[in-house]
Amino acid sequence: MKSWMLNEADIDRIGLGVGVLGTGGGGNPYLGILMAKAQLRQGRMIRVILPADLDPDAQVLALGGIGAPTVGIEKMEEGNEGERLLRAMEAYTRRRVDAVIADEIGGGNGLAPMTTAASLGIPLIDGDGMGRAFPEVQMTTFFIHGQASQPAALTDADGNVLIVTQAKNPEMLEKLMRAGTVAMGCSAFMATAPMTGDFIRRYAVPHTVSQAWTLGDTVIRARADKSDPVEAIVRNTNGKLLMRGKVSDIDRRTVGGFARGGLTITGLDRFAGRSMRVDIQNEYLVAWEDGRALAMVPDLISIVDSDTGRPIGTEEQRYGLRVSVVAIPAPALLRSELALCSVGPRAFGYDFVFSPLGQSAEIQPVAAFRNDPADDVPFHARAQLGEA
Amino acid sequence: MRDLLRIGVDVGGTNTDAALLRNVDVLATIKTATTKDVIRGVSAAIRSVLTAAETSADEIGSVMIGTTHFLNAVVEGKHLERTGVLRLCGAATRAVPPMIDWPQDLRDLVDGGAHLVGGGVNYDGSPIAPLDGRAIRDACRQWRADGISAVAICSVFALVDARMEIEAAAIVAEELPGASISMSHRIGRTGLLQRESATILNASLHRLGQETIAAFRTAFAEIGLSCPLYLTQNDGTLMTAEFAERFPVFTIASGPTNSMRGAAFLTGLSDAAVIDVGGTTTDIGMLVGGFPRGRSEGAAIAGIPTNFRVPDVFSFGLGGGSLVRSEGGLRIGPDSVGFRLSEKALCFGGDSLTSTDIAVAAGLIALGDPDRVKHLDKALIRDALGQMRLRVETVLDQMKPGPEPIPAVLVGGGSMLIEGPLEGVSQLLRPEHFGSANAIGAAIAQVSGEVDNIVSLEGMTREAAVEEIVKEAIKRAVEAGAAEATIIVAEIEETSLSYLPGNAIRIAAKVVGDLAL
Repeated sequence: MKSWMLNEADIDRIGLGVGVLGTGGGGNPYLGILMAKAQLRQGRMIRVILPADLDPDAQVLALGGIGAPTVGIEKMEEGNEGERLLRAMEAYTRRRVDAVIADEIGGGNGLAPMTTAASLGIPLIDGDGMGRAFPEVQMTTFFIHGQASQPAALTDADGNVLIVTQAKNPEMLEKLMRAGTVAMGCSAFMATAPMTGDFIRRYAVPHTVSQAWTLGDTVIRARADKSDPVEAIVRNTNGKLLMRGKVSDIDRRTVGGFARGGLTITGLDRFAGRSMRVDIQNEYLVAWEDGRALAMVPDLISIVDSDTGRPIGTEEQRYGLRVSVVAIPAPALLRSELALCSVGPRAFGYDFVFSPLGQSAEIQPVAAFRNDPADDVPFHARAQLGEA
Repeated sequence: MRDLLRIGVDVGGTNTDAALLRNVDVLATIKTATTKDVIRGVSAAIRSVLTAAETSADEIGSVMIGTTHFLNAVVEGKHLERTGVLRLCGAATRAVPPMIDWPQDLRDLVDGGAHLVGGGVNYDGSPIAPLDGRAIRDACRQWRADGISAVAICSVFALVDARMEIEAAAIVAEELPGASISMSHRIGRTGLLQRESATILNASLHRLGQETIAAFRTAFAEIGLSCPLYLTQNDGTLMTAEFAERFPVFTIASGPTNSMRGAAFLTGLSDAAVIDVGGTTTDIGMLVGGFPRGRSEGAAIAGIPTNFRVPDVFSFGLGGGSLVRSEGGLRIGPDSVGFRLSEKALCFGGDSLTSTDIAVAAGLIALGDPDRVKHLDKALIRDALGQMRLRVETVLDQMKPGPEPIPAVLVGGGSMLIEGPLEGVSQLLRPEHFGSANAIGAAIAQVSGEVDNIVSLEGMTREAAVEEIVKEAIKRAVEAGAAEATIIVAEIEETSLSYLPGNAIRIAAKVVGDLAL
């Protein structure tokens, strides 16, 4: 089994990459980067393994933060939230959890399971349930492919734990989780029903931690050798540069807790004379030019600083920013008929069918070429311990 | 009413400017090279401007100083005091310990030991944990043993309820008599880690603040000045010397504000772009309602992320001393001969082609010996002027609030480099005294008070909540030296917090008034 032991430089690269994959949403990864580094500085390790190396019977727990960003930056995490959820889940299911995975790679949640992986010494799976960011809990490839709505658990920094033992459907689970989050002071940590290794191998979007790392690495290298970081992102993702220009108009409003609106980008340089409109619903959803949708959800639309390649979130946009709009083909798991019902244009209220950009780029998992020695107990041996 | 004479001084990286004003009339301005010993340099500048205006020191009613002194202390890691950190948080926040994102060298200098203890509140004001007085006393004993006498206190959601910080400060004052204590609710905004870092910086600068103010007082006594002393702070307003001793960190990002305020004063414009061209860099910012527009994200001070509201200024390497190279494509800056312009530039007999030489050759400015730049290629001059103008236009366009043309003000010693008209500018002004707009901005500065709190509207109307916040802001302005009768509300910003129930809103208020004299 190949392993990838994260170091601080890796965390910086992943932190940058999850911003690109966040497609304008997903929350700021800054505190997640600090927390992961704090673990490494305490001598702990974050070991990333490939989904394909999971024992089919292994138990995998998906973790992520939920709540109001304003609260999250003030009442920050205590650090044992993930461990508490994992123990509660083990106690309830009477099964040991063998590995953790992110629900959502895009934005801050892409780093959320790292603290737990480090403090418990269990592997982090190189993959996630979205391959990007989406606004709602149930929009994961896990739920799309039949992950159970229960049990699910919620905890806060104060040590409270809530277990949902029954939820009629993922939408109801989302409602219950939101209510619990409010009771916990509007910032909480969440785990959904444990999944088997076999399920993760089939339905997790594979190698997205590696994808985030590669994106970050590409941008950092381009900056260092003074080449174009935007071109580097495009090349790396089999993506398309839709527009390079400046933000010339923004309209933004909050509807039912979600940011909605759009922005207009006026072309510069070789895009001079053209203009593009990008719709926002927490994330960048559809990119329009001359009334034609050039890219649409679930394909990824990322807007980055034209000079530095730094991803720019929807709330950061303002008139005059020099930006590039990059469209990245969504992973295959999001492009199936089944997935499009949950995450295609119609799921976001558009009256048209998904027209894909093309094939997503093959991601080279970092573990495959790094192949760091892992000195702890081999994972498959632990997984076989199976039931607790 | 007696005439009001005041002196404004702006200490920049290259030059120290001073201006002497009678009411709103500029009597004299002078420019001197910034000295290593800032206090001595300020004294010298004040002496020269007094001489230039033929005024004696005892006629001066007040002196306002904008200085990078405290910023330099942090950047150079000098004169910083080791600081103990008290975080009131209960179990929460422990995954992100204090100073985790500081550069290691600064952390080594300042970190006097952090204690995370019971306390803090939730967004709705309910306690996370009761304040743990015993843990605070234990922390103080530890600090006492380590010789720590500066303490920063930061509570979770201190901006919702500051009482635990105040209570903790009282305990620390009891255990560590004479310690300088900084509380986060007086320093920063929402965002625990950044507010905490700003509070730690303030505590660690406290002693330098006292020493600096004392040194200024001694130096002023030598000149014969007996008037009050004020320092300009990050938003371009003033604070009394006494206030600056307690909150030195508020001066730390005050650099670009003074010229912007000066530009507003000199042109009478309250909404305009300000283009400040210095010796090495150009700063472009926006005046909104007479004050610099703030940046939405916080400022990093010497690599330390904080959440100070600082002017939204775009700085780039173009100034009067910028080197001009024509081999392999025309390049101007970002390197500059800086304060050595008068020995390095061609027009002064030097050997470096600078942007000033281009301006002299183009006849935009009479400086040095024009014959020495006569040989310069006409196309080069045209291209260089075009490139400088284009760079200003591009940045200006990024800073503007929208596509409509707006007025712009050119200030700073290097502003002769820019030849109008500029794209996107409705009216381009270069006022009299443009070279000393920064010192004039310091001299005419007002006093402000600012509060940025999260309040729950349960059991309270929105109006009552705003009124309470404004009242607190006025209290702070008076404390900083404002005459209460002159105070007006400059800014009220309400933000509803997404995903939060209970009608929690964030209210930020800023009031400004004239100096109480």
